[in-house]
Amino acid sequence: MATHTLDITKDHCPMTFVRTKLKLSQIAEGDILEVLLTEGEPLANVPRTAIEQGYKVLSVTHVEGAVHKVTIQK
Amino acid sequence: MAEKKKLSLIAFSGEFDKLTAVFTLATGAAAVGYEVNIFFTFWGLDAIKQKRGHAFLGGNWLTKFFGFVLGGLHTAPTSRFNFCGLGPHIFRSLMRKKNVATLEELVEAATALGVNLYACEMAMHVLGLKQSDFIHEVKDTLGVATFLEISEGGQTLFI
Repeated sequence: MATHTLDITKDHCPMTFVRTKLKLSQIAEGDILEVLLTEGEPLANVPRTAIEQGYKVLSVTHVEGAVHKVTIQK
Repeated sequence: MAEKKKLSLIAFSGEFDKLTAVFTLATGAAAVGYEVNIFFTFWGLDAIKQKRGHAFLGGNWLTKFFGFVLGGLHTAPTSRFNFCGLGPHIFRSLMRKKNVATLEELVEAATALGVNLYACEMAMHVLGLKQSDFIHEVKDTLGVATFLEISEGGQTLFI
C-alpha cells in the first residue's frame, strides 16, 4: 500500500477536481492519496466528491495558513 | 446505486472563450462523476480537428478555403477583444500566469477523463470534413436523433 501526494494549492476550478480524479484513477486499490489544497471550493468539494465516488476520506487536517491536507484511500 | 448524472453540451461556437467554457464544464462535470457528452457542430468542429492550425481541410475549393480560414483549436479567435488574432495569445498568457488551465490543457483533461466527443454529421457534410480529420478521441459521427437519445435524462447546454 503506497502513499502518494498531490499539491493542488495553485490550481483553480476545474483542475482541482480534475487532477485529483486523474491521480486517483492512476493509483492502485488501497493506496493512499494525500491532497494539499486551499480553503474555499477545493476544501468544500474535493472530500465530498471523493466520498460520492466511493473513495474513503481518512482525514482532513489543517497544514498552515489556508492550506489543508485531505487524505483519501482508494 | 443511483443512476449516473449526465451533462450533454452542444458546442456550436468555435471561439476560444466559448470553447473554454465548454471544456471547463465538461472536465469539471466528468471529474465529479458525471457522464459527459459533447456534440460538436458547425464552428465547434474546429475544436476537434487533428490539425490545430490553418489547414486546407474540405472536399472542394470552397470548403477547403473555409477550412483554412477557420483553422483549428490553436487559431480559435476570442468572441471579444480578439484584436486581429492577438486576443487568444493574451488570454493564454494570462491564464498561464494565473495558473488557470488553458484550452489545450482542458481538452487533454477531457479526453483523459473519458468525456464522450461526437461530431455532427450534417455540419461535417456542409464543411466537407471527414471523421479522419478529427482527433481519434472523437467516438462517432451523429445526427440529432442519436444525440437526443444519448442526452436523454440529463442536462443539456448549448454553447
